[in-house]
Amino acid sequence: MASTPSADPENSDAAAARQVLSVRGLVVEIPTRAGVVRPVDGVSFDIAAGEILGVVGESGAGKSMTGAAVIGLIDPPGRIAGGAVWLDGARIDDLGPEALRRLRGKRIGMIFQDPLTALNPLLRIGDQLTETILTHLRVSPAEARARAVAALAEVGVPGAAQRIDSYPHAFSGGMRQRVVIALALAAEPDLVIADEPTTALDVSVQAQITALLRRLCRQRGAAVMLITHDMGVIAETADRVAVLYAGRLAEIGPVRGVIATPRHPYTAGLMAATPSATGPGARLRQIPGAMPRLDAIPQGCAFHPRCPHVMARCKTEAPPPFPTEGGAAACWLLAPQVAR
Amino acid sequence: MRPPRTALGRMLDSDLGRSFRRSPLTVLAAVVALALILGAALAPLIAPADPHDPASLNLMNGFTPPMTPNAFTGEAFWLGTDDQGRDMASAILYGLRISLFVGVAAVALAMLIGVTLGLIAGYVGGWVDGVIMRVADIQLTFPAILVAMLIFGVAKGLTPPESRDQMAIWVLILSIGLSDWVQFARTVRASAMVEAQKDYVAAARLIGRSGAAIMLRHVAPNALGPVLVIATISLALAIIAEATLSFLGVGAPPTSPSLGTLIRIGQGYLFSGEWWILFFPALTLLALALAVNLLGDWLRDALNPRLR
Repeated sequence: MASTPSADPENSDAAAARQVLSVRGLVVEIPTRAGVVRPVDGVSFDIAAGEILGVVGESGAGKSMTGAAVIGLIDPPGRIAGGAVWLDGARIDDLGPEALRRLRGKRIGMIFQDPLTALNPLLRIGDQLTETILTHLRVSPAEARARAVAALAEVGVPGAAQRIDSYPHAFSGGMRQRVVIALALAAEPDLVIADEPTTALDVSVQAQITALLRRLCRQRGAAVMLITHDMGVIAETADRVAVLYAGRLAEIGPVRGVIATPRHPYTAGLMAATPSATGPGARLRQIPGAMPRLDAIPQGCAFHPRCPHVMARCKTEAPPPFPTEGGAAACWLLAPQVAR
Repeated sequence: MRPPRTALGRMLDSDLGRSFRRSPLTVLAAVVALALILGAALAPLIAPADPHDPASLNLMNGFTPPMTPNAFTGEAFWLGTDDQGRDMASAILYGLRISLFVGVAAVALAMLIGVTLGLIAGYVGGWVDGVIMRVADIQLTFPAILVAMLIFGVAKGLTPPESRDQMAIWVLILSIGLSDWVQFARTVRASAMVEAQKDYVAAARLIGRSGAAIMLRHVAPNALGPVLVIATISLALAIIAEATLSFLGVGAPPTSPSLGTLIRIGQGYLFSGEWWILFFPALTLLALALAVNLLGDWLRDALNPRLR
């Protein structure tokens, strides 16, 4: 199951080989007029087959950029400046564009945030599904169509055999997102990256979609990277959770553990700031301040200006990941020599 | 209800049809345009004479006024004759043929060049975009008619003198087409840039489609919406450009005259009283350009979601 990402990338290659996706020390750099910014800085995590890893953080924390880096869809001038990405034990971050193009469509599926723009409005959904299937599986067009109908039925589109010839505008938002999921899973990928798959949907549909995603990935043994800013979605869908802050991994671990006993002050703040409908109308707590701009990330721990437990060391030295129960958290509070 | 099958099907669907029927001016323009197009297409069947055949002309019939029997031959012509005794009605029908053919072909050429370059510029971006759009900017600093004349002159210099008259039509199409691609390129580039940012393009990249396949199958159809409107308005401009070039004597030759050539011939007789030689070709050109323009305007408004 979940292995703890080690601080030393070289020794973790063996562990990486057993995972569907392994990311080690990933750094993404974008040159801007004001200098080079790092939206992703040294992020490491693994996802095993059939496992759902939630990636959570505020806007601009580097969630989507991490997903884009994994599938090699970072638009120039942005680039992967360091670290490594393994898919099924094979390194994919240094592949040429052609090799990457062949590999990612077959082995990686992507579910997008906005189902309104994720489908080509001028193509029937059946055409979009068969396009994907025919690109990657060696089947006849008739077989591809049959598979497309089956895929639609599987994601719960009623009357799939008739609906396959409809255009996207004839579907509601929730139905479109089902189609997008069918599209992402059509080529039977090993890894599915879902970037805010429920953000554009209303709450009742959200629950259906997350349940569907969970069920399908479990059945197929696909690894899922679920990117969201919604702790609620993580709590009900993911097995493990990675918390990103300013492009760095703040904490990673099993969902239950992280939610019940967050070890990083940022995670704790995030949990406290999640509204709950059960309690009486108490004032929602918030984390003071805002996430730093990418060109002005403070020295040391990126979270230290907002941290209630800030120490002298936090301002100068960036904390390495310290092991927690089944995971890790990058906070000096967890350093063995620190007496709390 | 069954969903419309294609973009064209959706366009011809009720929304557009209703907007068409509610605008009497547009209906009138469509009727006029259709009548002129039919007249041009059926010219060999309905024209009283073949104006391209010098042997059929009788010089004695020269300068016959409309609907009046000629003093020498007793022959009468609906719209009179020109200095060569050529039946104006026939000359206009055949001239309309040339004007329409040149206009449509020039717009098709401009569209082909403009849409292709616009798609590449918008989808590929970077220095490719820079080069294409700077060329477009430079071309726009010259009046289109000047560019067309320049291309016409160069092309004419390159063709052997004996085949110049046959080549004239194609040179016209080339010069008008090349002078008119810029607005297609600009419009398509803008919409291609918008479409390229959408997730379905990312999805197509992700499933491993090549850049060309994505551009043709996904970006192009979604970026082509405004092209139809520009093409219609361009058609009117191309017809006028052809007439202008021919009027200036660099277009269609007098042996196979277009409307512009007829107007050039006619203006020499305007002040000596033979008004009909100028008037009827000019009226036809006006009606054609106006009808096509009105259709283009209506199409632009009808397809504009903000005006619905």
